[in-house]
Amino acid sequence: MRKHLVLRVVSKLLMPFILLFALYVQFHGDFGPGGGFQAGVIFGSTFILYALVYGVETARRVARDWVLRIFMIAGVLLYIGVGYVALLLGGPFLDYNMLNAHDPVHGQHLGIMLVELGVGITVAATMVTIFFAFAARGRR
Amino acid sequence: MDLPAAIPGLYNYWIVVLLMMLGFYVVISRTNLVKKIVGLNIFQTSVFILYISMGKVKGGTAPILVDHPVTYSNPLPHVLILTAIVVGVATTALGAALIVRIKEAYGTVEEDEIQAMEPDE
Amino acid sequence: MAFGILHLRNLFAVVMLSGIYSLLSAGLLVTLDAVDVAFTEAAVGGGIATMLMLAMLSLVGDRERTREGDFRVVPLLLVLATGALLLYGTLDMPYYGDADAPINKHVVPRYLEESGKEIGLPNVVTSILASYRGYDTMGELTVIFTAGVGVLLLIGRFRRPGGSE
Repeated sequence: MRKHLVLRVVSKLLMPFILLFALYVQFHGDFGPGGGFQAGVIFGSTFILYALVYGVETARRVARDWVLRIFMIAGVLLYIGVGYVALLLGGPFLDYNMLNAHDPVHGQHLGIMLVELGVGITVAATMVTIFFAFAARGRR
Repeated sequence: MDLPAAIPGLYNYWIVVLLMMLGFYVVISRTNLVKKIVGLNIFQTSVFILYISMGKVKGGTAPILVDHPVTYSNPLPHVLILTAIVVGVATTALGAALIVRIKEAYGTVEEDEIQAMEPDE
Repeated sequence: MAFGILHLRNLFAVVMLSGIYSLLSAGLLVTLDAVDVAFTEAAVGGGIATMLMLAMLSLVGDRERTREGDFRVVPLLLVLATGALLLYGTLDMPYYGDADAPINKHVVPRYLEESGKEIGLPNVVTSILASYRGYDTMGELTVIFTAGVGVLLLIGRFRRPGGSE
């Protein structure tokens, strides 16, 4: 990729904006289109772009395998955890109203935000993991 | 039943059926595994369009609440299809991984060659 | 577009076309008022799926083998028969855009009306996805996780291609 200087520089400049956009989509999903899945995919594709431009080996050092695995699991656990907390607080599983004693609507907001965050984390980590699995296969 | 009046009401289904059948045909008639997966993708996407088009309400808008009263299109199919899209990419990823392994094990991704290599049951 | 996918032998072109197909259907979905879905389909179908298949192609080879007598009758008949049956079935379906269709009647008005008070989020799709139908979303997340694990199991380890286990 040494020849493609324009590509490298432009990609490097764009990546923070893409990540920012992913975060925007994630947290703004309550008000406009978006939410966890879309944001996770965009976030993951940032790392894939990095791998495409700078090489898979370099990208693997940025996003280490064990970090990715932890993130994959963390998102799922976050989601289930929110459900369990609601259970412990007295309501049915995944009933967000229980999360905030004073104002059930705020409880809903909190629950939805946490849950979408969990989704976004797992989706991003899984996308990158799958890509790395494919990309590394071709290496001797 | 009167066909001319039915067409504006039903054409969305017919388009979907056409796409569906194309995807179906690709899956069952081509022996190349990669093409089969692409055909499955066509099939999947046509199903999404089916559900979403069923949820559209004439004169409706995207189901995001605004202050003034307005007609919304049905959000429930959107939710189901969101899930379906993501599950679809998960299956595509697994299918792709399987194809890679098949290629490594058999040296080819043409279905009939693979069947020829398998001992008959 | 779909016809092109059917006939092309160069698999790289096939995958590219399928990516364009996904993008086009995302555009279509926008006109159908499904903005969330269009967003997801564009990102996932156009982006991730295409990328995955390209990665797979790089490992597998990108030419479909040509063969004589490729036009086979049985699949075509099967497809035509199924298509005819489906078209016959659509005659009973509610009309496009009909606000009185059963799909718009039972639960959805409740969601649309109550969601503002119970949850307070403008995006009804998100509120249904994460709260009213949050259980399904949990399952979906598990599916993605499982797919990741599955891919890792299949091709996660560094291994010489062509070697046996």
